[in-house]
Amino acid sequence: MSREQLAVQRARKSFQTGKTKPLEFRIHQLRCLLRFITERRSDIAAAVKKDLGKSEYGTELFETLGVEGEINLAMEKVAEWAAPRPVEKNLLTISDEVYVQPEPLGVVLIIGAWNYPWAVTLQPLVGAIAAGNAAVIKPSEVSSHSAKVMEELLPQYLDKDLYPVVTGGVPETQELLRQRFDHIFYTGNSTVGKLVMEAAARHLTRVTLELGGKSPCYIDKNCDISVACRRITWGKFVNCGQTCIAPDYILCEPSIQSRVIEEITSNIKEFYTDSPKTFEDYGRIINQRHFKRVMSLMEGSTVAVGGDNDESQCYIAPTVLKDVTVESKVMKEEIFGPLLPIISVSGVDEAIQFINDREKPLVVYVFSSDNKLIKRVIAETSSGALLANDCLVHFTVSALPFGGVGNSGMGSYHGRHSFDQLSHLRSCLIKQLKMEGVNSMRYPPHTSKKLGWARFLLLRQVNVCKLRRMMLVATLVSLAAFVVQTRVCVSCFSSLAKIDKCTSTQATTRTHTHTHTHTRVSCHPADPQPRTAAHATQQ
Amino acid sequence: MSNPPSPSPGRWFKTLRRTRLGEPCLKTYPLECTDLLKRARVAFQAGRTLAESFRLAQLEAVVQMLEEHECDFVDALRRDLHKPRFETVVSELILVKNEAMHAINNLKKWMHPQHVERNLSTSLDECLVVSEPLGVVFIVGNWCSPVQMCLVPLVGAIAAGNCAIICPSESTAHTAELLHRLIPFYLDNECFQVILASTNDLPEIVELKFDHVFFTGCKEEGSRIAVAAARTFTPVTLVLAGKNPCYVDQHCEIATTAQRIAWARFHNAGQSLVAPDYILCHADVKARLVQALKCCLMQFYGPDPRESRSYSRMVNLELFNRTRDILWRSGKVAVGGQVIEAEKYIAPTILTEVTESDPIMQKDIFGPVLPVLTVSSLDDAIAFINKQEKPLCVYAYSCNTKVISRLMRETSSGSFCSNDCVLQSLMVALPFGGVGASGMGSYHGRNSFDTFSHRKSCLIRSTRFECVTYLRYPPYEDRNLSLMTWASTLSQKSQGWCQIL
Repeated sequence: MSREQLAVQRARKSFQTGKTKPLEFRIHQLRCLLRFITERRSDIAAAVKKDLGKSEYGTELFETLGVEGEINLAMEKVAEWAAPRPVEKNLLTISDEVYVQPEPLGVVLIIGAWNYPWAVTLQPLVGAIAAGNAAVIKPSEVSSHSAKVMEELLPQYLDKDLYPVVTGGVPETQELLRQRFDHIFYTGNSTVGKLVMEAAARHLTRVTLELGGKSPCYIDKNCDISVACRRITWGKFVNCGQTCIAPDYILCEPSIQSRVIEEITSNIKEFYTDSPKTFEDYGRIINQRHFKRVMSLMEGSTVAVGGDNDESQCYIAPTVLKDVTVESKVMKEEIFGPLLPIISVSGVDEAIQFINDREKPLVVYVFSSDNKLIKRVIAETSSGALLANDCLVHFTVSALPFGGVGNSGMGSYHGRHSFDQLSHLRSCLIKQLKMEGVNSMRYPPHTSKKLGWARFLLLRQVNVCKLRRMMLVATLVSLAAFVVQTRVCVSCFSSLAKIDKCTSTQATTRTHTHTHTHTRVSCHPADPQPRTAAHATQQ
Repeated sequence: MSNPPSPSPGRWFKTLRRTRLGEPCLKTYPLECTDLLKRARVAFQAGRTLAESFRLAQLEAVVQMLEEHECDFVDALRRDLHKPRFETVVSELILVKNEAMHAINNLKKWMHPQHVERNLSTSLDECLVVSEPLGVVFIVGNWCSPVQMCLVPLVGAIAAGNCAIICPSESTAHTAELLHRLIPFYLDNECFQVILASTNDLPEIVELKFDHVFFTGCKEEGSRIAVAAARTFTPVTLVLAGKNPCYVDQHCEIATTAQRIAWARFHNAGQSLVAPDYILCHADVKARLVQALKCCLMQFYGPDPRESRSYSRMVNLELFNRTRDILWRSGKVAVGGQVIEAEKYIAPTILTEVTESDPIMQKDIFGPVLPVLTVSSLDDAIAFINKQEKPLCVYAYSCNTKVISRLMRETSSGSFCSNDCVLQSLMVALPFGGVGASGMGSYHGRNSFDTFSHRKSCLIRSTRFECVTYLRYPPYEDRNLSLMTWASTLSQKSQGWCQIL
């Protein structure tokens, strides 16, 4: 029996004892995870430094701070999330209990990615623990130092059987995927994602896939360009561009292109000084293979800024490419490196068309001060998420589901959504053995009388729209009737006035009657007493 | 409100001719499907399905179709399954109608962007979740309830603003043909298509790349569909049959219990995904239960169920043979057992002395056969249920609420219903779907809408307040980090570090 098989088996056996069901256990495990992060901060930072060249602050900012927030949120809210959720009752279930009960799925496999080796591995784990699952954790072998630290230290804090860490490369992952899980949570690229999904389909296992994609970033000319470029520069070159939600390319009008390049250049200087190579807060490409891939993407495009590189260190300077066309190599695949191509479009229409011509991305970024334009982009493009006027930060809002659509993945997580994603929402109907009389209509032999009753009782839904429309028509009709009626009484009044006029002989009384009639007629439509009107018509 | 567009003349004549001459429906080949898919995709990309008024009109057309052609549906199902009028109207048509009405009444609410709770960090921004349609979805029906299994998901797909290609089961040919004939008259001809494909072609069709695949049926087919969908990266919802256990406690009213179980098991001749598959009863009450079931059957279908107008037939010979074989090879017949091949008739049958190794306990039963197994205690029953694959439903009958809640807590299944059967799968408000071996994803009402939508999260910020944002930019400084950590610990209620960004 392989090591992987053993780990899964042990996790399943442990899960079947039912020890993950009490909320206290889950909260205790979450607390242990939190303790792990706070106590082993320096180990984590050192490993990430070796893997990706991230500085200690960068690690804390991008890797662990978010996980800590998620853990705190989960500890506080798990009781609320795990509680039964009542649904609305109807006539037939009025005496019963009807609710949706979240229950754990079983053993979840979490496959992490190397670009944020801690954040994308531990965040799903928080959801898995909160939902009461066992989890097999498989950190990426590419970020080997982090994987090693995780394998060595995590079991010291969490339950060893329930949450085993399995490390290894492709053959180990394949062996893992041959096992049967109840859910697979994968973060990475779409090629491997497809393999994971196929392996899962064989066991009918549900999957959540968090993949990347070319996330476009549209800059409207009507916006604060300097702030926009500042935020884009930050979002793009953080972690050396190796972020799945980083803006992949910029779409803007030719008139602002030079301004955008200028701003980005100055921001790069401000963030990473004149020589990013020696600056400690600027990361490195993960390995030689990715270095060569990113370098080859630059072919055929004009470098506006940057372009320096050093293969021995896997260093590529923050680079902006201008006048990129659709055919350029850099537009063919996800970049996942510090290259920022700028593509000119004639306006928002062409930008939307451009985005819709491609696979659905993970994020669409829009920078504009015009809210209408933002709403238009929301309505007319499709993507995992949309972020206006900033980069990356939607990842940190736990109230928003984070996930892709189409080619950028399926399923979503974060906060409550992680919990729901890794739970089975079981519908429960708790009836009593009473009131059998009502049921007699459903039992054979069927008669037309029974059918009539069934129709009456079951067809509860009324077409409210239709009713509303009918009501509207009815109101209109009554309004029309009312108007007609007032017209009639107005004419009655005026004829009365005429008679008055004819009969009276004194000039003073005539003027008096005239003004009196006039006021009466003019105020009549607002007259709250229809009785007078009816009275008048009767006359 | 605009009426659904009328069908193109060519199509209209084609359907007219077929009904006149009684020609068999043509089979749709995968090649044709490519074409239909392309048409649907063009219509979707043109934004035709986005408007609320369009969706409402289509949903109303579904209701209209069911109302105007009730007799046709009753007739088609009678020819396919010998399904009694009552069952067709109640469990197929009314159900879909309810579902459609529910969607019509709530569509505005569902379509409206959902604002997520505001907190300190998002008080300046707008955080919302927008439901957007997925694209073209593929709905594969099942022969158990051929109308319901096609149209309930279709209602969800329409409400969510998708285009749909529907494939009714080939086993129920008359119903499939009826849908193929009627839908073009009522629904938009570009967006909604009905194809008549054989089961073997399904994986090939799935590989044409849809945006969502919805499948109801048996496990083997479901697995093949899931693998095909994985190849093209298509999300799937599978509702698969499983062996639904039904536990009968010793403390319960046997007569009522028997009536409810017999009804659930033998309606539509047991051809149902949600019917109780086997009874686990306490040894003490077994004799009484079997006797009560016998009485119920007598009451329901008379001395000879063959004569009863309320009793259905098996859908085809293949299923008939399969059910007959497992019936003959397991347990002891307590009631029923008669089979007539020419009519595809199997009498309502109750088996006793069934063991776990019998063929009937190995396969799903899609027929009017109810094995009764005995257990000595509740613990045994729970252990027995947990040993099997996770079923679609677990049923429990008991007067004791403790027994019910224990069974609910300690077993896992797609849904749970106590002291009745099937009802939980018919409710608009409850999500219905499987877990583990009984499928993934759920539908009905709001859940259908969510299944066929992508929930896009949108965060709309402004470029003001850059003075706060500066903390996150490199060069990273100790001071900034401690400020941010401090801020995130300060208000752990709101979400950590987003606070300050």
